[in-house]
Amino acid sequence: MNLIVIGALAFWLLAWAFNEWLVRLRPASKSLKRAIDIAVPLIFGITILVLWEGLVRGFQVPVVLLPPPSMIWTRLIGSLPILWADFQQTVLKSVLTGYVLGCGLGFLVAIAIDRSPFLQKGLLPLGNFVSALPVVGIAPIMVMWFGFDWPSKVAVVVIMTFFPMLVNTVTGLSAASSMETDLMRTYAASWWQTLVKLRLPAAWPFIFNALKINSTLALIGAIVAEFFGTPIVGMGFRISTEVGRMNVDMVWAEIAVAALAGSAFYGAVALVERAVTFWHPSVRGERA
Amino acid sequence: MSQTHAMRDKILPVVTILLAVLVFWYAAAAWLNAPFERDTAARAGTTIALTDLLKNTMMQERPVLPAPHQVFAELWDTTVNKPITSKRSLVYHAWVTLSATLLGFAIGTVLGIVLAVGIVHNRAMDRSLMPWVIASQTIPILAVAPMIIVVLNAIGLSGILPKALISTYLSFFPIVVGMVKGLRSPEQIQLDLMRTYDASPAQVLTKLRWPAAMPYLFTSLKVAIAISLVGAIVGELPTGAVAGLGARLLAGSYYGQTVQIWSALFMAAGLAAVLVLVVGMLHAMVLKRMGARP
Repeated sequence: MNLIVIGALAFWLLAWAFNEWLVRLRPASKSLKRAIDIAVPLIFGITILVLWEGLVRGFQVPVVLLPPPSMIWTRLIGSLPILWADFQQTVLKSVLTGYVLGCGLGFLVAIAIDRSPFLQKGLLPLGNFVSALPVVGIAPIMVMWFGFDWPSKVAVVVIMTFFPMLVNTVTGLSAASSMETDLMRTYAASWWQTLVKLRLPAAWPFIFNALKINSTLALIGAIVAEFFGTPIVGMGFRISTEVGRMNVDMVWAEIAVAALAGSAFYGAVALVERAVTFWHPSVRGERA
Repeated sequence: MSQTHAMRDKILPVVTILLAVLVFWYAAAAWLNAPFERDTAARAGTTIALTDLLKNTMMQERPVLPAPHQVFAELWDTTVNKPITSKRSLVYHAWVTLSATLLGFAIGTVLGIVLAVGIVHNRAMDRSLMPWVIASQTIPILAVAPMIIVVLNAIGLSGILPKALISTYLSFFPIVVGMVKGLRSPEQIQLDLMRTYDASPAQVLTKLRWPAAMPYLFTSLKVAIAISLVGAIVGELPTGAVAGLGARLLAGSYYGQTVQIWSALFMAAGLAAVLVLVVGMLHAMVLKRMGARP
């Protein structure tokens, strides 16, 4: 045991104790309570970084295995242009296009089959089944069909996001209770009016559930598809080539960017969800 | 009576859709494979009749989209006609993938349950760990899985464990979330009853919280086993195409063996279906033993 390791461990224990103390506080003001809610996980995250740095430096873990966070950070700052180009290729072109197309298609098909219980009964079990399948496996086929550039990645993302969206929208559209649909009937509301004013709003929680699942699926699909062939730019390409060259710090920088992009994407969807489904118990509960 | 209902409400629609998919597939295969046949004919300086064209598109060596019967012939050939120990047998590759999946799933389940019990019993753990458990899943781990495999290989950890670790990482998340929800599902009135019995936290856990969490656990397990399989397959991509369904996919894409890719995909799909089915059956059995009505 050397000093760095002991220091890191001491920091960890201190932070843990501090967190325990914070959690036990009963703050009077609301803003203080909010601050604590944010501070506790933040302190935990910082602790992990410090522990990581300390253990890696203290035990002199080879850089190839696990580089310390500080090294990843300097690499990240040092190669921003490359990372930005990769981000553009993978996230802006492949992921966003595929996500919008896949979710949009799933949504439209769900609306289209809404009037046909027969098609619903046929498509729902299949959709559930496909959602459980290793869909990323179609990546090599899509690369063969649509070439190395981003359209093939878009195709993979579309297929991965389509089925969760379809299944969730169909389930969501049947979420309105018969009492409510009966009320719409007494108003002599048309199918469209019932859809727009009652059933779609009732379906939003389900649809946003699918949107959140798909936000991570889309990123995964695009990056994995790049392993099967890409132009010389893109996050998946960078990860697989830099691993080959044992530039592990660059790989970790790319992972950090991917994690950041994934979290931001998910966070954005979650924010929109809170705005749209403000009436849902799970959202109201958090505010109170 | 109920049989005809099941026939009309479940089997008939699904079979109809499946048939539609099959017809569409054949049409797509003919359409996508036709340009190659026309090129060959043009190069030979002849024109090809439509009937010959259609016939040829159904049995190309390396089609753009193999026809369904080609895929099933390949599946049959590589599962039944080859000895299981042979490297050409799909059963052998499926077993390689399955073993990694199951090991990762087992570790992930244990880890997930332990974390969930900790989160339910310790407020500090709840507040500091839970946000990071959720954040950990926004990291596209599947995308960096190959790197993790290569790095673990570099320090001498090879074989089944690195792949299993990817599966573990993917499968622990749904289990933590489901179990936390499940362990917290007992009503306040039930917890109060345990309190009047002077039950210790361990007793509350084993006698009240654990049984109450079972339905949640199995729902999570179904998600987790499917995602474990995906993890194991992606984990096989960079291992130099040695063995496993992922390796079959990669080798197929390198050598343009589309039939091989499709048969590996179908094998993976079948495996996923069987795994989810087994978990579902376990679920039904446990619920029955607990005395729940179906």
